[in-house]
Amino acid sequence: MAGFKSTERYIASRDLEVAVNAAVTLQRPLLVKGEPGTGKTVLAHEVAGALGYPLIEWHIKSTTKAQQGLYEYDAVSRLRDGQLGDERVHDIGNYIVRGKLWEAFEADAPVVVLIDEVDKADIEFPNDLLLELDRMQFFVYETRKTIVATHRPVVIITSNNEKELPDAFLRRCFFHYIRFPDRETMERIVQAHYPDIKKDLAREALNVFFQVREVPGLKKKPATSELLDWLKLLMVEDMPVETLRSNEKQVVIPPLYGALLKNEQDVHLFERLAFLARRGG
Amino acid sequence: MFSHLILGLRSAGLPASITEYMTLMAAMKANVAEYSVDDFYYLARATLVKDERHLDKFDRVFAHCFKGIEPEEGVNPQDLPVEWLKKLAEKMLSPEEMAKLEAMGGFDALMERLKELLAEQKSRHQGGSKWIGTAGTSPFGAHGANPEGVRIGQDKSRNRTAVKVWDRRDFKDLDDTVELGTRGMKLALRRLRRFARQGAATELDLPDTIKSTANNAGMLDLKMVAERHNTVKVLLFLDVGGSMDDYVKLTEELFSAAKSEFKHLEYYYFHNFPYERVWKNNRRRHEEVIPTWQVLRTYGPDYKMIFVGDAAMSPYEITMAGGSVEHWNEEAGVTWIERLCGHYRRSAWLNPTPQKSWGHVRSITMVNDLMEGRMFPLTVNGIDEMTKELSR
Repeated sequence: MAGFKSTERYIASRDLEVAVNAAVTLQRPLLVKGEPGTGKTVLAHEVAGALGYPLIEWHIKSTTKAQQGLYEYDAVSRLRDGQLGDERVHDIGNYIVRGKLWEAFEADAPVVVLIDEVDKADIEFPNDLLLELDRMQFFVYETRKTIVATHRPVVIITSNNEKELPDAFLRRCFFHYIRFPDRETMERIVQAHYPDIKKDLAREALNVFFQVREVPGLKKKPATSELLDWLKLLMVEDMPVETLRSNEKQVVIPPLYGALLKNEQDVHLFERLAFLARRGG
Repeated sequence: MFSHLILGLRSAGLPASITEYMTLMAAMKANVAEYSVDDFYYLARATLVKDERHLDKFDRVFAHCFKGIEPEEGVNPQDLPVEWLKKLAEKMLSPEEMAKLEAMGGFDALMERLKELLAEQKSRHQGGSKWIGTAGTSPFGAHGANPEGVRIGQDKSRNRTAVKVWDRRDFKDLDDTVELGTRGMKLALRRLRRFARQGAATELDLPDTIKSTANNAGMLDLKMVAERHNTVKVLLFLDVGGSMDDYVKLTEELFSAAKSEFKHLEYYYFHNFPYERVWKNNRRRHEEVIPTWQVLRTYGPDYKMIFVGDAAMSPYEITMAGGSVEHWNEEAGVTWIERLCGHYRRSAWLNPTPQKSWGHVRSITMVNDLMEGRMFPLTVNGIDEMTKELSR
């Protein structure tokens, strides 16, 4: 059986492993949701690495159409070629531009396809890909050809929950919600990324980090990726551990907070809390 | 094989389908779960649940369906290290209590009794005065009233495996808090308007015409589109009278803002909590009542339902039949709100009381839970969040 497990660099919980293995075994898409910065996109890279398959990434934008993942017909250049009398104009196949899914379907070996942030696209986008992801085939109208996947690719779809996805689409997927890691897991994640970090620095930084997440009313709670960036900064700046220490009750503004707090309201909220704490304590 | 699981899920209101059930069977056959109950739980979750809002419901149904399947993971007396219990007892008990404990025969005697009981007892226990369990007066168990009590099963450091994963209900609060801001109320409501094109094609679509003409290698190809219509349909339920009188002005502001924004806007009044009847004209509320069933029949599930109310009331008004302060209601408010929320997939509750005080009123927490966390403060940002939720 295909096996996806936690690696040295990516700590996956058991439920995530089961979900990935189920999707790989049954060759169905896996839909991954979760707070921003909990490693949804990185998962696809890790799965590709673990299975030894190449990764094809398709990043979705608000203007992305489902058709673009299959193929595009470049009519304008054909029109121009027609006017210039180019010989290529007689074969319409010359103007079909392959999309990411076509690439994946025609690959010689199985691949991992990442459809990143599917919720960014139009509300009909997932519906337009139903058949393509279910049967792993599609029809090219211009050349009257059906493209069938030689190897069913492993499809990983991520969503940030900005739009609800249609039921028909969900029914065809496996689903996993990446929970925010608890302290123990977080320690393992930090260890995996920075094996040579000082023990006490990591401990104090995690204290501050979880304290920051506890603060009520934050617009954007810092997540794993923010923590890792911040730790890296702390290590580069060679911050002394003492600057991170604070007693339990008191809220302090963490050094280099720019890596953790991403908007001015949150920074402001923090400053107010710190002020109140100073006055109270 | 696991049909009672899927039936249980469906009756709990989870949209699990036959296709998904078949997928689960296929995955079982492909040996993804590898004979471990935990893995089966993860697999069933990944297959049958497609929205994190339903994860908690799933956990509850799963726990109910598979009660007793897992081999009993009770505490083995040999496994309880005495030093650990001792340390815990020292931490938990005051000096006076320790003296009392000594009077009972000392720590060792207590431990002996615990071992005896553990050997005797076979199942999980709650309440009562002898067995080990939760909330009892026996010296053993959690949340107890006995000062000599030994806490078992509450501390996660040792007996972690005793708590089954689905019993932990990790997904209970996947909600985010609502923030305040400064943008105009009308601006927020405008978000609800989602321009969608419906009906016959009547307008010339210039960009599409140019594109298809180019595709057509220069031959003119006219393209038409439907006229723009505001298709958002809103059903408003406004709480009047009682504790809401303070907020009538706020509510009216929202109401007049809303009226100009939608093509279809229907509004009804209720008092404290929606039951089997609502009314359209507040002055004639006793003469012209409209059965809620009629509202459900008249307006399709494509309407977005918004309650406006402070949700401050006695909990009985929500949970009990006959709990209403105004009349005898045959069915409890819970039944009605579940029925309404089941029919209207997009629903929210706007609450004019400050969000900070919600936690202090029990009924507000209850209503918020019933709305699955879709209660928003009646502030500009609250409305913004609500419209975002409603137009997803």
